[in-house]
Amino acid sequence: MHSIAFRRRAADRVTRVLFALSAIAVILPLFLIFFDLLWKGARELKWTLLADLPHPVGEPGGGIANGILGTLTIAGLAMAGGIPMAVMAGIYLAEYGRGKFASMVRFAVDMLAGVPSIIMGIFSYVLWVLPMKRFSAWAAASALAMIFIPIVVRTTEEMLKTVPASVREAALALGIERWKTTLFITVRTATAGIVTGILLAMARIIGETAPLLFTALGNQFWQTGLDQPIAAVPLQVFNYAISPYDDWHDKAWAGAVALIGMVLLISAGARYLTRVKK
Amino acid sequence: MTRKAGDNPKDLLFEKTTAVFAFGVLFLAFLLFALLVRESLPAIRKFGAAFLVTKTWDPVAESFGALPFIYGTLVSSFIALLIAVPLAVGSAIFINEFAPEWLKTPVAFLAELLAAIPSVIYGLWGIFVLVPVLRDWLMKPAASYLGFLPLFKGPVYGPSMLAAGMLLSIMIIPFILSVSREVLATVPRLQKEAVLSLGGTHWEMIRIVIGQHCIPGIFGATILGLGRALGETMAVTMVIGNRPDILLSIFQPGYSMAAVIANEFTEATGELYLSALVEIGLVLFLLTFVVNFAAKWILKTMVSRAARGL
Repeated sequence: MHSIAFRRRAADRVTRVLFALSAIAVILPLFLIFFDLLWKGARELKWTLLADLPHPVGEPGGGIANGILGTLTIAGLAMAGGIPMAVMAGIYLAEYGRGKFASMVRFAVDMLAGVPSIIMGIFSYVLWVLPMKRFSAWAAASALAMIFIPIVVRTTEEMLKTVPASVREAALALGIERWKTTLFITVRTATAGIVTGILLAMARIIGETAPLLFTALGNQFWQTGLDQPIAAVPLQVFNYAISPYDDWHDKAWAGAVALIGMVLLISAGARYLTRVKK
Repeated sequence: MTRKAGDNPKDLLFEKTTAVFAFGVLFLAFLLFALLVRESLPAIRKFGAAFLVTKTWDPVAESFGALPFIYGTLVSSFIALLIAVPLAVGSAIFINEFAPEWLKTPVAFLAELLAAIPSVIYGLWGIFVLVPVLRDWLMKPAASYLGFLPLFKGPVYGPSMLAAGMLLSIMIIPFILSVSREVLATVPRLQKEAVLSLGGTHWEMIRIVIGQHCIPGIFGATILGLGRALGETMAVTMVIGNRPDILLSIFQPGYSMAAVIANEFTEATGELYLSALVEIGLVLFLLTFVVNFAAKWILKTMVSRAARGL
């Protein structure tokens, strides 16, 4: 009997340690990645990174300023097109979406949300690059919008559904028209949540690289127009990383620090908003 | 809510306007699928079903088969799951059942932060940190002692199926972890307390309760992680080695469906070459589609069973 009790207790101890170790193993890469980013990115992490154009190989200095502007441009375009569409579709699903059509839309949203981002790149390539015969900011933005839209439709629907029915009923009981109730009471109440969803989706598309490879293509110089190839930070990180030059590797790390800085800043904004709401 | 939309023309107009945007989303999904199929047609017509089981990938001779890429995608994702599932489920159990209150939120937050890191940064870290470390500390010794096994055969280059699988595992852990935590949270508290009150240890409680309740849900979480791993592009492209061969050894370079699209799309000259790449995209699309909906279905039935108290 004694040995059975001992074995049971020992098994309990051992598994406890194993579970704790697995948690450590999960978190460890995060620290390693951030440590390496700061350590290896430090050499090129200076003000010129954010202000200068890329320099050719071997020439010291140079930055990713055109990439930052390009990333903001294509993400901005994607959001300008994506937000109205996604929020309106989300309103439809939350407020009117009970029929067969609505379940088809939900199915489409689920499907789009699971599509690998590189396939959105193919989509944009076929839709814009092939007929226009050139890579462009428009094509990149439409690929990013395809990633952005399903995320925002989902969060908008979920957030609107958290608004209690009593709020809508109170507004309707006061004789406010239904469309006004939806737009100025229900959506207004859920705004913080919807904006959080938009920011999280923005953080996601800012870091996307795969769909830009054959839509934005990248550009060594300042962008000249939205129908022209455009630079983006993730593309610069990728191209510097796979280059054979050491000083470009340093720039890849520095660019990665800038990229993750942008992503974390936006995510932190999203978290701050939800905190205010609570 | 009690009024009908038809009572007021403005209400009707607003409803129809939102419906138009909802239809737009539906149309985009349809357009995506239709364009993929249309652009794949030349390759589908030329190679038929043999495309999926042909090993040659020769752009010069315009002879295309997707097998090496399908193989690479499946094997690297499988390696990722082998590593990620035990770690993710283990830490989900740790966070939900063992961790002191003050530790729960920070650990869960840090694990979630892994999901916020862009794929290209994982790839960068993979090239310059993970691959050299794996090569010198794991693959070289393993190949010299266990090299007689086909699975660990050298020569060791660094970029490999194993490196891709390990990097992928880090990337999919947060998804499996958060779904596993949700699954664990559906276990009725009474049942856990029942085991403990009968004198069971914590480990016995977990074993019994998980055996009873959580296996289907954890399976669903695994399939969800698989859906993520299959389509991951940049990180895999940067460490898998990009060689379209089918080699048994996980120390050898491979190629994946997403990686070949990423690498060769801009240089695809000729209609058939481009079409073959789009068809690989179509196959990847269908594969992730099936896997994602399988995961959703498993998790949904699991949740409804838990709601009924089974």
